[in-house]
Amino acid sequence: MICLRLFLSFMQIGCFCFGGGYAAMPLIEEQVVTANHWLTMNAFSDLVTIAEMTPGPIAINAATFVGTQVAGPAGAVAATCGYIFPSCLFVTLLAYVYTRFRNLSLIQQTLASLRPAVVALIAKAGIGILIAAFFVNGTFSLAAGNVSFRMILYFAAALVLLRKAKLNPILVMVLCGAAEVIFYCAGTLIR
Amino acid sequence: METQKTHILRRLFFSTLYLSAFTFGGGYVIVTLLKNRFVDQYHWIDEDEMLDLVAIAQSAPGAIAVNGAIVVGYKLAGLTGVAVSVLGAVIPPMAILTVVSYCYDAFSTNPYIAAMLGGMRAGVGAVITSVVYDMGKNVVRAGDPVNVVIMILSFCISYFLNVNVVFIIIAVAVFGALRSVAAQKAGERS
Repeated sequence: MICLRLFLSFMQIGCFCFGGGYAAMPLIEEQVVTANHWLTMNAFSDLVTIAEMTPGPIAINAATFVGTQVAGPAGAVAATCGYIFPSCLFVTLLAYVYTRFRNLSLIQQTLASLRPAVVALIAKAGIGILIAAFFVNGTFSLAAGNVSFRMILYFAAALVLLRKAKLNPILVMVLCGAAEVIFYCAGTLIR
Repeated sequence: METQKTHILRRLFFSTLYLSAFTFGGGYVIVTLLKNRFVDQYHWIDEDEMLDLVAIAQSAPGAIAVNGAIVVGYKLAGLTGVAVSVLGAVIPPMAILTVVSYCYDAFSTNPYIAAMLGGMRAGVGAVITSVVYDMGKNVVRAGDPVNVVIMILSFCISYFLNVNVVFIIIAVAVFGALRSVAAQKAGERS
């Protein structure tokens, strides 16, 4: 039963994620965090972090991770199959139509309108991750002690390294992680 | 004839498996690698056709890496090709994430690793911010005011009104389809 729900949830993600890469992120968040409560926002942020560091599409990573957490290996297979099912269907159909008619311009023009919407949705999911990172209790509130200035500093430094120094994104992320580990170790030493 | 086909299938499987296992940094990387392997190295697909196949992979929903594997598989060996290349593309991330998710509980309770993941979260936020900035800049630079309005409206509707992402995508897709049909009709008339 839970496997069927995983299959259907990830099938929905597979049906509506246009534009590759990060485009899946808002849809995964909607299904996994908001609708089904399979992961907390913090665990979802960790998942995005892990997905960034490992090869393969984020949605397949998410499907395997969530599926295993919720229902073990069977859940992982159910979620992954659910995600790739619409792809297999639509891509094969399009490839067939293409070999028959060779006209993609209408579809491509439609996608040109969809792209800006996808950018907006990625921005929204990105803000969710930043809020989870910047605020100690994970929600937007400027109460004393809730804002982590250290994280905001890491974020600013990471942006500079990405934009100005053009460092590899994975390296930038690892540097942020290493900085926090050093901070934690220094804290335990002082105590 | 039969051995020729199994030869193609075997190469297809190991190519997608290998590419999927070593592709960091998103779908567009794997598309160039697929082209590299099947156009430049094996000469099984010609360059122009590969561009159209990539367009198909991008037109359909789903991960570009998986879709790319599907089109190449379909082109080379039909439905069996699709099954074989999808399997190849999916096995590496599944295997890696299965290991990760079994370790995750031990992982996330370890204070050092929790600190590592916590710090990296700020880094991921920066990576996403940077990507969104580039993509948004491209939308604005392209100079189509309707697309800029779509971008701003979709953001406000999803962020402030919390409308389900799926509805926003469906609404924009319908609008985009009507718009491109109208544009084609206008093109025919002039």
